[in-house]
Amino acid sequence: MEEKTNEQEDQKSGPEGADPSLEKSTAPEKDGEKQEPVKKPETPAAKPKPAPAPKDPRDKLFKPEQTLIISSSPHFHTHDSVPKIMWSVVAALVPATVMAIYYFGMDTLIMIGSCVAAALVTEIIMNKMKGEGLTINDGSAAITGLLLALTLPPSLPISAGVIGSVFSISIGKQIFGGLGYNIFNPALLGRAFLQANFPVAMTTWTYPNTEKYAQIDAVTAATPLAQFKFDKIVANYGDLISGNVGGSLGETSALAVLIGGIFLLIMKYADWRIPVSYLGTVFILGGLFWFFSPGNYPDPVFHLLSGGLMLGALFMATDMVTSPITTAGSWIFGAGAGIVLVIIRLFGGVPEGVMYSILLMNAFTPLINRYTRPKYFGEVRA
Amino acid sequence: MGLPTFKKGIHPNDNKSFTNHKPIEYLPIPEEVFIPLQQHIGVAGDVLVEKGQEVKTGQVIGKSEKFVSAPVHASITGTVKAVDQFLHPLGIKATMIHIEKTAEEDEWETINAPENWETASIEDLRNLIWQAGIVGLGGAAFPTHVKLAPPKEKEINTFILNGVECEPFLTADHRAMLEMGDKMLIGMSIIMKILGTENGYIGIENNKPDAIEIMNELVSKKFPAFKVVPLKVKYPQGAEKMLIEAIVKRRVPAGGLPMDVGTVVNNVGTALAVANAVVEGKPLIERIVTVTGQGITEPKNLMVRIGTPFKTLMESCGGLKESAIQVYMGGPMMGFAQYDMNVPIVKATSGIICQEKSDIFKKKTYPCIQCGNCVSVCPMNLLPTRLSSFAEMVKLEEAEEFGILNCIECGSCSYVCPSNIPLVQWIRVGKLQVSESKRKKVA
Repeated sequence: MEEKTNEQEDQKSGPEGADPSLEKSTAPEKDGEKQEPVKKPETPAAKPKPAPAPKDPRDKLFKPEQTLIISSSPHFHTHDSVPKIMWSVVAALVPATVMAIYYFGMDTLIMIGSCVAAALVTEIIMNKMKGEGLTINDGSAAITGLLLALTLPPSLPISAGVIGSVFSISIGKQIFGGLGYNIFNPALLGRAFLQANFPVAMTTWTYPNTEKYAQIDAVTAATPLAQFKFDKIVANYGDLISGNVGGSLGETSALAVLIGGIFLLIMKYADWRIPVSYLGTVFILGGLFWFFSPGNYPDPVFHLLSGGLMLGALFMATDMVTSPITTAGSWIFGAGAGIVLVIIRLFGGVPEGVMYSILLMNAFTPLINRYTRPKYFGEVRA
Repeated sequence: MGLPTFKKGIHPNDNKSFTNHKPIEYLPIPEEVFIPLQQHIGVAGDVLVEKGQEVKTGQVIGKSEKFVSAPVHASITGTVKAVDQFLHPLGIKATMIHIEKTAEEDEWETINAPENWETASIEDLRNLIWQAGIVGLGGAAFPTHVKLAPPKEKEINTFILNGVECEPFLTADHRAMLEMGDKMLIGMSIIMKILGTENGYIGIENNKPDAIEIMNELVSKKFPAFKVVPLKVKYPQGAEKMLIEAIVKRRVPAGGLPMDVGTVVNNVGTALAVANAVVEGKPLIERIVTVTGQGITEPKNLMVRIGTPFKTLMESCGGLKESAIQVYMGGPMMGFAQYDMNVPIVKATSGIICQEKSDIFKKKTYPCIQCGNCVSVCPMNLLPTRLSSFAEMVKLEEAEEFGILNCIECGSCSYVCPSNIPLVQWIRVGKLQVSESKRKKVA
């Protein structure tokens, strides 16, 4: 249909403007339904207007008036926008980033900077290859770079981080068509890629530069989850909350991540149902195992505070693009990720499973969306 | 909290302070009017006058014998200058009757109102409403006599007077309730007599406390059977299905009408027009129009004759500011953008809104990021982002399965979309295509 290609236009009323514009809108209109969608509001089509002889008897009334914009209703629009959402997510990651720098030194800053820069450069290159306008302003590439960096071990070589970042943007996002079309969370996909290619470097951890570990001259450390899995040692909660443990750059401090996450939830830039169902499932399911066999399994609070769960639940599972759009779908998504996580943590060969649990549920998102379509108003379903 | 409302919906800035304190002004009888034959949903009337003919105020000039139709009347006393195609505010060219004023004072041709409506027969009352050309004045313009003639098997037990006025900017209904509440409630009584129901509710949003107070006062003094229901402020509460859910907690079945749950809803302006017709014998020749927005010099609530060009109203409001860049008829959520200020006021014109800035013009559109905001506001519980992409890809079967025909086109989805995707605009296209293809299948 023709309307599809129509766009918002400047229409000049007055003797010159009247007739061509009338021609445009003489399509039969029933119930006022048929309207031109505002496809590309950024292209103001100020077309040259011919000056036909006045046909309308009211032309004598016409005065050259102001140029008025014609658009299809609604004429009001929210002040939210994609860049605003994306940059808010970046802002929400600041506390975690600050804690990462505090614990792991200025090298962290170089790692984060390199990952973000690599993400942006890759995005630009992909934009050019696809022959489209630059999309780095929307902020999504910066988030991917930042999130990826925050999930990396402190001792990982910068070059590996850069490779992961390039993979995240190119294969994780742009190859699907860019923002909004990717199936998997790009940052997690990049991390999974690094895990597969640098298995040793990706599982080698260092202790934070704090007094507690100053006496220990071991080069490598164990994460609390690994300590529990292999040695049944439970880290103390205070260290888990503040982040004074071995682990990925931005994941160690549960509190810093939580502060940013709560900001996102308050701004409604993240669906609260996903972290609630994800964390809740882990708490309940992990708690059940602990209740029946406290010696073999860690307690539920330890589950929540350790590893990358907070960061994953608040910033990665809530990624709008790769999580369901329906309310019921959000609950299922979070609960599913929680179940997968507990199974991996308790029975899997690796200590941590946040990444795989979210990636797995990402794959199910289209199916979840399909089977959780809400009943529309007044629908009677058999 | 606490106040009744419907599920989901949005909270746009209501912008009503421009005009909600300004009494209704009567615009002087205009020099000329352009009266479209089609101002309602249904069949357009046939022209009953010719060029050069003298007409009186209230004279029927266009009428159809079809049931779903409404006659139109001359709104001034004068001479028919032309019967021709002119631009309609809906953006189409339509047949209109151009009348030029010849007399300063109205010479009326009224309809035969009964001496006492309380003893008149229901048939007569309904016939009177048809003769008066009354349609839903909230914006949909559905002929009122049709709405008041539900099939026998549908028992109507509830009537709701719609004083919600959920569209931002508009204050016409608000002022009408304040200044003409008495007459309005008589209109409501007439409608309820026709419907044969005793339960009358008046739904008013909580941002009009003065209207709630006045209506409560009137109800307690003269109409004890009615109940004023203050509602939580939310858009699109003025939509019939939403209002019914908010007040009587009934859900109109998909594809159904309010009468399927025993309810009829009418706008306050419609009730006023009914009272004018039945009590005073005056057909629908004038209505209240809110002229407002940052782009007009002096915003006002005006009582104007149907057919008055927009320009005449704007001149009486001090004219359009030079900075104005957008003018639309109706509210900002469902209104129609205008580019020619010579279009006439029609029965469905609730307001003329002049804006200095456009929220959407030149705003960048991003791809859908699946945020689900549209899903969380859709009052009909649809998935707007899916529906709009089905429409875009012409996947009509999927669109129908996902309930595209249930969309009430309130625009909430487009309003909240952070990607600025024209969701409701695409859905309109899709609805049209789906109903066309359904028609073809039947044929």
